[in-house]
Amino acid sequence: MADKKINLTLKVWRQRGPKEKGEFKTYEAKNVSTDESFLEMLDQVNENLVKKGEDPIVFDHDCREGICGSCGFMINGDAHGPQKSTTVCQLHMRAFKDGEVLTLEPWRATAFPIQKDLMVDRSALDRIVQSGGFITANTGSAQDANSILIPKTKADEAFESATCIGCGACVASCKNAAAHLFTSAKISHLALLPQGEVEAERRALRMVAQMDAEGFGACTSTGACSASCPKDISLTNIARMNREYLKASINRKEESGGGGDG
Amino acid sequence: MLNFLTSTVGKKYLMGASALVWVGFVFAHMAGNLLMFVSPDAYNAYGHALTSGMIIYVAETGLILALLTHVFLGIQLTLQNRAARPQRYAAAGSRSKGAVFASRTMAIHGTIILIFLVSHLITFKFGTYYETTVNGVVMRDLYRLLVEIFAQPVYVIWYVISLVLLGFHLSHGVGSMFQSFGLLHPTYQPVIRKLSWTYAIVVVAGFLAQPIVVFFIANEGR
Repeated sequence: MADKKINLTLKVWRQRGPKEKGEFKTYEAKNVSTDESFLEMLDQVNENLVKKGEDPIVFDHDCREGICGSCGFMINGDAHGPQKSTTVCQLHMRAFKDGEVLTLEPWRATAFPIQKDLMVDRSALDRIVQSGGFITANTGSAQDANSILIPKTKADEAFESATCIGCGACVASCKNAAAHLFTSAKISHLALLPQGEVEAERRALRMVAQMDAEGFGACTSTGACSASCPKDISLTNIARMNREYLKASINRKEESGGGGDG
Repeated sequence: MLNFLTSTVGKKYLMGASALVWVGFVFAHMAGNLLMFVSPDAYNAYGHALTSGMIIYVAETGLILALLTHVFLGIQLTLQNRAARPQRYAAAGSRSKGAVFASRTMAIHGTIILIFLVSHLITFKFGTYYETTVNGVVMRDLYRLLVEIFAQPVYVIWYVISLVLLGFHLSHGVGSMFQSFGLLHPTYQPVIRKLSWTYAIVVVAGFLAQPIVVFFIANEGR
């Protein structure tokens, strides 16, 4: 493929720190190869800023392979940009036309305080997982593959839910900044498997409680989360979480004090 | 159970349950209205039968409780959702990654529908009381009131707008109810969406038949 070059205008959200007031600043991205990734394009813009003695644009990134969940910001109001099922690091400049104006904004949510520019603090998602997204029992080392039989359909569903990389695009694209898709994916991938089923109820109760405590909104089933999810996590996960949560609330015996009075 | 009812998940169960009461009512109301196309007497007799027993008070109490729950939680959830995203995005976003219109505006049409509901009760339930006799029984002549009201273009326009908004509200709400209740599965997800739209269109078309037909008949001679 011939190396095509395009020029873009970027309107980028610049904010010095969590407490500072932010604003949009305009930058020109000239001579951008269409074979570059979006983050490589930003690297170029940053190099020019550094040369000029200005502060580079801060954005989160790590693997740049679309599997770590570090990167992500809004491009023209779309989480991870216009392309479906793609993280912003895997988005290439061929998705854009010469002369386009792109507005880059950080994820916006009360639960995701902005750290700097396009980088937000997503530790609220970590705290949701810490509240119950695990299996307490030591499952030992890998055992014989067929010693625990799991129906193929269940295994597939669990695996699909487990593909969530926790990037936060669901929260960012939700008009309510709800974390239901994320939390439900984390609840689902364990609840569907025998190892996770044992603690399914406690997990649902604790993770939903933590999700609410973090200040995320409520789900109105708009579907924007799933539509902008780079891993195509399905809305049916949220239905499963709601079911699990109802079941757990009905069966709830008590989780009051520390243990012992079983 | 209190934890359940105050969580974002539990509140949606309540939103769905209270909506379900009205989903049933709205359909029955629409079907009952269609009796006016049978005859004025049939329509009046139906209304008389509904309001003459004790059952009406039970039904009304249920409807009011469901409505209060739905409105109160609706306001609370909307405020909670706005607090979760105090600063909006500068750019709007594309359609392929966004949400459909009806789903983004539930609180807005919900509010207009509530205003309509109050005005509708004032106009009809607590409106002018005409009397008529059907098969020797004296009863309210609701048919006469209805023809009078729907001869007025302003009321008909307000009615049509409100009902179209109700249609949008239902088109998202009915399907969303299944999701809130946890009844969503890949195989019947598309069916639920179609069902939701079908229900909304049938209800709105059924309700709109009345004012439109009455309006054109009443204004024909002018």
